[in-house]
Amino acid sequence: MTAPVTFTWAGFRAGMRLVAPALPSFVPFGLVVGLQAAGQGLSALEVMLMSLFVFAGTSQLVGLGAWGWPVPMLAVTLAAMVVNLRMAPMSAALSPMFNGLHGWRLWASLFTVTDHSFAMSVNEMRQGNRDAAVLLGMGIPTWLWWTSCVTLGHALAGVMTISPTHPLIFAGLATMAALTVTLWRGRADLLPWGVAGAVGVALSQAGLATPWPVLAGAVAGSAVGAVRDMRRP
Amino acid sequence: MTEPSLFTLRPEVLLAILGMAAATYACRAGGYAVLRGRRPPRFVQAMLQHLPGCIFVAFILPGVVAQGPLHLAGAAAAVLCMALTRMLTLSIIVGVGVVWGLVAILG
Repeated sequence: MTAPVTFTWAGFRAGMRLVAPALPSFVPFGLVVGLQAAGQGLSALEVMLMSLFVFAGTSQLVGLGAWGWPVPMLAVTLAAMVVNLRMAPMSAALSPMFNGLHGWRLWASLFTVTDHSFAMSVNEMRQGNRDAAVLLGMGIPTWLWWTSCVTLGHALAGVMTISPTHPLIFAGLATMAALTVTLWRGRADLLPWGVAGAVGVALSQAGLATPWPVLAGAVAGSAVGAVRDMRRP
Repeated sequence: MTEPSLFTLRPEVLLAILGMAAATYACRAGGYAVLRGRRPPRFVQAMLQHLPGCIFVAFILPGVVAQGPLHLAGAAAAVLCMALTRMLTLSIIVGVGVVWGLVAILG
C-alpha cells in the first residue's frame, strides 16, 4: 500500500489499453452534445473549445440546454459547477495517487478525471498499481476522442437528428453501471452501497435536483460504511 | 443572432466556456486540493475507502429509476453481464440492446 508513486510510459500505455473498450460508448452522447450546440447557434470552433476546456459531457449538455442569446454566463457556469460537484469526492478518493505527483503532471491528471477513468484507476490502485501515469493514459485519449465526437455531432447537424431519449444514449449509463461491478469488493460493500442507492433514489424521487441526490447518497453510504468499519477494527 | 460560420468565436461565448471550464476544474481539483499534504482524520480515511462505489451507485441508480423500468432492466443486464464476463464492451452492448429491444417491443 505504501509503495512510492511512479509515472512511466508503461503506465501511460496501460491506461490507454484500459480505456479503449469504453471509448465507443462516448459516441452517441458526444453526437447529441454537438447537435444540441448546433441547434443553439454555436459554431464548430466554439463547441470544440467548450469540449476541450470543460470536458464533462453531462454539464455541457445541461449548459447548452440553458443556452440563449445574450449568453447567460452566470447560469451556465453555475450549472457546470452543480453538475460536476460529484467529481470533488472522486479526486479526494484518488488522493493516494495524486499525492505522489507534482507540477503539470498533477494538475493535468486532475483535469482529465472522468467517471470512467475514476472507476478504472480506483481499481488499479486497489490492485496495488502505483503508476499514476495510468490516469493521463486514460484521460488524454478520452479528452481528444470526446472532443472529436462532439465536433462530429456539430458537423452532422442538419443531416441527422438523434433525440436525447434514443436507446443509444443509454450507452453512457450502461458503461457506468458495468464499471460499478469492478468497484465491488465483496459483501461488506452491500450496506454502504445500499444506503447510497436508497438515499440517492429517495431524494431524487422527492424532487431534489442535481447534484444533491448523488452527493447526499455518496456521503451517507460512505459514512455508514466508515462507522461500521471503525466499530469493528 | 446571425448564423455563425465554422470558425466564429464570439467573446461572450468564450467567456461562458471559460466560466464553465473554471467551475468544472474547481470541482475536479478541489476535492483533492483540500486533502493535499495533510492526513485526514481516520473517519474521513475510512469514508474515502467507500466513496468510489457509493458515488457510482448514488449517481446511476436515481438516473435509471427516473427513466423507468425499461432502463432499470437495461442497467441490470449490463451489471449482470459484467459480473459474469468482465467484458466491458459486451456489457455496454447488452445493456443498450436490452433497452432498445424493450422499447421496440413495448414502446
